[in-house]
Amino acid sequence: MTATPSSARFVNIGERTNVTGSARFKKLIMAGDYPTAIEVARQQVENGAQVIDVNMDEGLLDAVEAMTTYLKLIAAEPDIARVPIMIDSSKWEVIEAGLKCVSGKPIVNSISMKEGEAQFLEQARKCMAYGAAVVVMAFDETGQADTKQRKIDICTRAYKLLTGIGFPPEDIIFDPNVFAVATGIEEHDRYALDFIEAVKEIREACPHVHFSGGLSNLSFSFRGNETVRRAMHSVFLYYAIPAGLDMAIVNAGQLDVYDQIDPALRDACEDVILMRRPDATERLIELAESFKGKSVAEEKAAEEWRGWDVIKRIEHALVKGMDAYIVEDTEEARAMISERGGRPIEVIEGPLMDGMNVVGDLFGSGKMFLPQVVKSARVMKKAVAHLIPFIEAEKEEGAKAKGRIIMATVKGDVHDIGKNIVGVVLQCNGYEVIDLGVMVPWATILETAQKEDVDIIGLSGLITPSLDEMVTVAEEMQRAEMQIPLLIGGATTSKVHTALRIDPAYEGTVVHVLDASRAVGVASQLLSDTQADGFKQSVAIDYEKVRIAREGKGQSDLLPIAEARANAYAPDFAQKAPAPVQPGLHVYEGWDLADLAGTFDWTPFFRAWELAGTYPSILEDKVVGETARNLFADAKAMLDKIVSEKWLTARGVCAFWPAHREGDDILLEDGTRLPFLRQQFKKSRGRANFCLADFVDTQDDWLGGFAVGIHGIEPHLEHFKAQHDDYSDILLKALADRFAEAFAERLHSHVRTTLWGYAPDEQFTNEALIREEYRGIRPAPGYPACPDHSLKPVLFDLLKAQDNAGIVLTESQAMLPTAAVSGFYFAHPESQYFGVARIGRDQLEDYAGRCGVDLQVAERWLRPNLD
Amino acid sequence: MSARETFLAEAAKRILITDGAFGTEIQNFKLAEADYAGDLGLSHDQKGNNDILALTKPEVPEAIHRAYFEAGADIAETNTFSANRISQADYGAEHLVREINVASAQLARRMADEFQAKDGRPRFVAGAIGPTNKTLSLSPDVNDPGYREIDWDTLVDVYKEQAAALVEGGADFILIETVFDTLNAKAGIMAVKQLETELGREVPIMLSMTLTDLSGRNLSGHTVEAFWHAVRHAKPVTVGLNCSFGATQLRPHVKVLSEIADTLIMIYPNAGLPNELGAYDEMPDTTAGFVKEWAIAGQVNVLGGCCGSTPAHIAAMAKAVTGVEPRKVPALEPVTRLAGLEPFTMAA
Repeated sequence: MTATPSSARFVNIGERTNVTGSARFKKLIMAGDYPTAIEVARQQVENGAQVIDVNMDEGLLDAVEAMTTYLKLIAAEPDIARVPIMIDSSKWEVIEAGLKCVSGKPIVNSISMKEGEAQFLEQARKCMAYGAAVVVMAFDETGQADTKQRKIDICTRAYKLLTGIGFPPEDIIFDPNVFAVATGIEEHDRYALDFIEAVKEIREACPHVHFSGGLSNLSFSFRGNETVRRAMHSVFLYYAIPAGLDMAIVNAGQLDVYDQIDPALRDACEDVILMRRPDATERLIELAESFKGKSVAEEKAAEEWRGWDVIKRIEHALVKGMDAYIVEDTEEARAMISERGGRPIEVIEGPLMDGMNVVGDLFGSGKMFLPQVVKSARVMKKAVAHLIPFIEAEKEEGAKAKGRIIMATVKGDVHDIGKNIVGVVLQCNGYEVIDLGVMVPWATILETAQKEDVDIIGLSGLITPSLDEMVTVAEEMQRAEMQIPLLIGGATTSKVHTALRIDPAYEGTVVHVLDASRAVGVASQLLSDTQADGFKQSVAIDYEKVRIAREGKGQSDLLPIAEARANAYAPDFAQKAPAPVQPGLHVYEGWDLADLAGTFDWTPFFRAWELAGTYPSILEDKVVGETARNLFADAKAMLDKIVSEKWLTARGVCAFWPAHREGDDILLEDGTRLPFLRQQFKKSRGRANFCLADFVDTQDDWLGGFAVGIHGIEPHLEHFKAQHDDYSDILLKALADRFAEAFAERLHSHVRTTLWGYAPDEQFTNEALIREEYRGIRPAPGYPACPDHSLKPVLFDLLKAQDNAGIVLTESQAMLPTAAVSGFYFAHPESQYFGVARIGRDQLEDYAGRCGVDLQVAERWLRPNLD
Repeated sequence: MSARETFLAEAAKRILITDGAFGTEIQNFKLAEADYAGDLGLSHDQKGNNDILALTKPEVPEAIHRAYFEAGADIAETNTFSANRISQADYGAEHLVREINVASAQLARRMADEFQAKDGRPRFVAGAIGPTNKTLSLSPDVNDPGYREIDWDTLVDVYKEQAAALVEGGADFILIETVFDTLNAKAGIMAVKQLETELGREVPIMLSMTLTDLSGRNLSGHTVEAFWHAVRHAKPVTVGLNCSFGATQLRPHVKVLSEIADTLIMIYPNAGLPNELGAYDEMPDTTAGFVKEWAIAGQVNVLGGCCGSTPAHIAAMAKAVTGVEPRKVPALEPVTRLAGLEPFTMAA
């Protein structure tokens, strides 16, 4: 996953193109070596900077000249100019000169009220006329904001002034000043904590704004001790990001993964940053001494197979998925081949591919299972990573892959466990996979396909709006007159949707791939000289059959909406739940992970790894039992670490609102209208046409809502990525999903027994909870009973879920973090889950009216439920 | 009501029609150099200086405006694509920029008012501003990528001179069209903003980007979405695409723009792609058929033609979209939309 997503929650701003922050860059600019200086920007973008900060504020430099020269040169480099520019200067004339050279929409860094309101507003108006977002420093006529209250006062004042002249609030980025802590001066002790707390409050008071900060100040007292500085930066971000910091000017290379920091050092940094004890500074200074040049050496135990010849050892490591020795074994093989005049690539083409073929055969014949294959891939990746510098040094062509395949999760969607699994399986079978990551726009997919001359494109998505986006990709492939096959996969995709919607949009072959184990078979047939035509033809015939079958179905089995409503479900409202014991909003900043870990529903976890069976009996299964046991052991080990080292944070919110039903809508006391959909297909005698609104009384009733999310996964994934460790990456994501589900279940039980309190005495075993034997339901927007994803933003507003649980929605209403669950609470004892399934045009039109949206919009959200 | 309000009110009722090509229509008059030059006494050969006809042969642009209004157009775009100081310098006519624009706008205004008086249906004049042949984002010298033929301040002045004259002559809107360089368009926006401050009233902007490659980027490299992020601060009354290729090639980009732009969409494509001889031979019904698809998909508010289109094309389009519901302008979430050559959105 090397692609930078086109939108983001936390933005990395490249800061190496700043003469005040980089001695090297300054030297280059002073010497007029612009070509090399441009390469610095390129590296920043290649390393993942999503915005690049350009600063030429140096006393000996004509900053206007340097800024314009540099920006004009960047404009000529599409690889760099693709990202927005941050024009950084303390002099307005430099900023304005920069604005005259930058197309696109840049960020101005910065303006402030230092010279008074008039000049501040004058500059803000100009930024609006140039079309730029702006960083506002927390600075006023009397100076920089140092205390929490000053930060809040100045930022809210600036916010009022700016929005007063029509400045778009979303284009305001506050920099509330990061100052040095642990300086030995007592007044400085609060600086970091003040920053974090101020951000939290300003975000509340000033909707839509963003926050930025320069990190290097923070650790100024520890100049020369990089270990400590990196630790301080990481710890600071760990707390500031959840508070609302969403961009930071920082060298990504100068950050540590939070949980990789030595625990003693991490604690000492936290003491300083969070001001946890009066002697924090002294303790950190003392500890800092011991972190100058420390390294960890590991002893490796000798094992029997280590005595085998190297080719055999490599195969063994691949099949067993053991990576402890793979780098040294690979190096030994390379040296051996090199000695007899061979080239480094032969290590891949020879022993490594041979070993992977063994893995592929075992997987194909059902003797190995997905978790093992993913582990093998990790070993392979590490070996290849070791060889690449040698291969590049010889300027050889890359290894001959069986085919080159793009994998992408489409625009608007963030789910990638399945996609990553398929990618790994394909790689294990000798295909080269170009993984474009998540939220990939079609243009990037097509561009890459053409530039890299790929053989197949694979699209993935989990939420229903992604289905539409896949159609768009197909349409664009058609428009570009491409011919390569398109593979479709992901939880909501189906053969029917593929046949009906995607296949007709593209003349090339489109194949729905049910699960990872089928991917290799499909790819190999599509790329085979002898089988391709026959396979494509049989897929085409198959899909044509699906289309004909659907056509025949017609509309007849739907009831008119009025009739469906007449057949609504009528629960006994004498039995409805009483008013909540604790109404209002309840926020949980960090639910105990150990509590959640004890209530996991493990069956879906095994399903994610394509191991079929129910937990716990799957552990004894005679086919997959051993694999399941090993996977379970790895999962448990990681789970222990997650809990004991607090890798993740479970944040959640729930609330209850007085509500009543009005037709198929539920109306809340504050006037919010929640429209729901009703089943319209003809029911057999005695069965109602359900709608969620049926479970709420027409007066004096209540509705609840919740959102829970699991935070903090990113640094760990980064770490695994750097280690080429797909196995741990997928394992952690799958566990995070389990945490989210467990949290939703746990919170629901807390709601039933305590908060709403309608079932104070319920007692269930975990198994019974998993079987949902309790009273009440918690359906989620985007799922069968409530298929419209666009209810999610409404629910999120009601819950202030972004502030209270840190969860945001993408343009397709996918939740970020990915491990998140949200939904409504219905408490009536007769509430039950159902699927709305297909609805008619009459209900669609009615529904669009009730939602107050265009028919087209409603149609887009509900497409999976139409014909 | 202001021109913007009237325009929005009309656009809420139906799909509006703007006019078609001028250049190819003028060719039909087979004018000689003397027809262009008139008695202005200019030193350069004026043949091909279409814009100067407003002064020397006004009956020609008048006849073309008339033909387009008769075909059903709601908007006349002034014949001023090249009536700026930079382009007119090639004809030694840069001192006539103000006169050409004032006369062109007056002429279009007169025709618009005449047709509006006939049937009461509002007609509009869009003062057309072309991109000039200089670009702020690109170097003409491959060996010196930092070089620019023109600077921002100069270009803002050039645009402002033209925009002021168009408004003086009675244009309702300033149409910054055929945007191949996004930075040029931003300079155009700045010029109009400055003009607004000087006049003390709103001068509504229309923006139209032109794509130079099939992946959907203009010459300065911006994608449609990045372009919109870069110019949204203009609060344009319409944004859209013109020229580029034919309607078929524009289709996906129209779709993208229609989903992300919280303003009216105006599209006026070429009549297909030119044939081997450089002529446009796509038939009116064919073009109309393509644009009708966008109309039915609810993706457009204003339609018209660019290179190669004729009054017959405009009449066919007007007929094809009669009664089709206009696109509804979507409301956008207040998230931070930035752009390099590609869009970048910061979640709120």
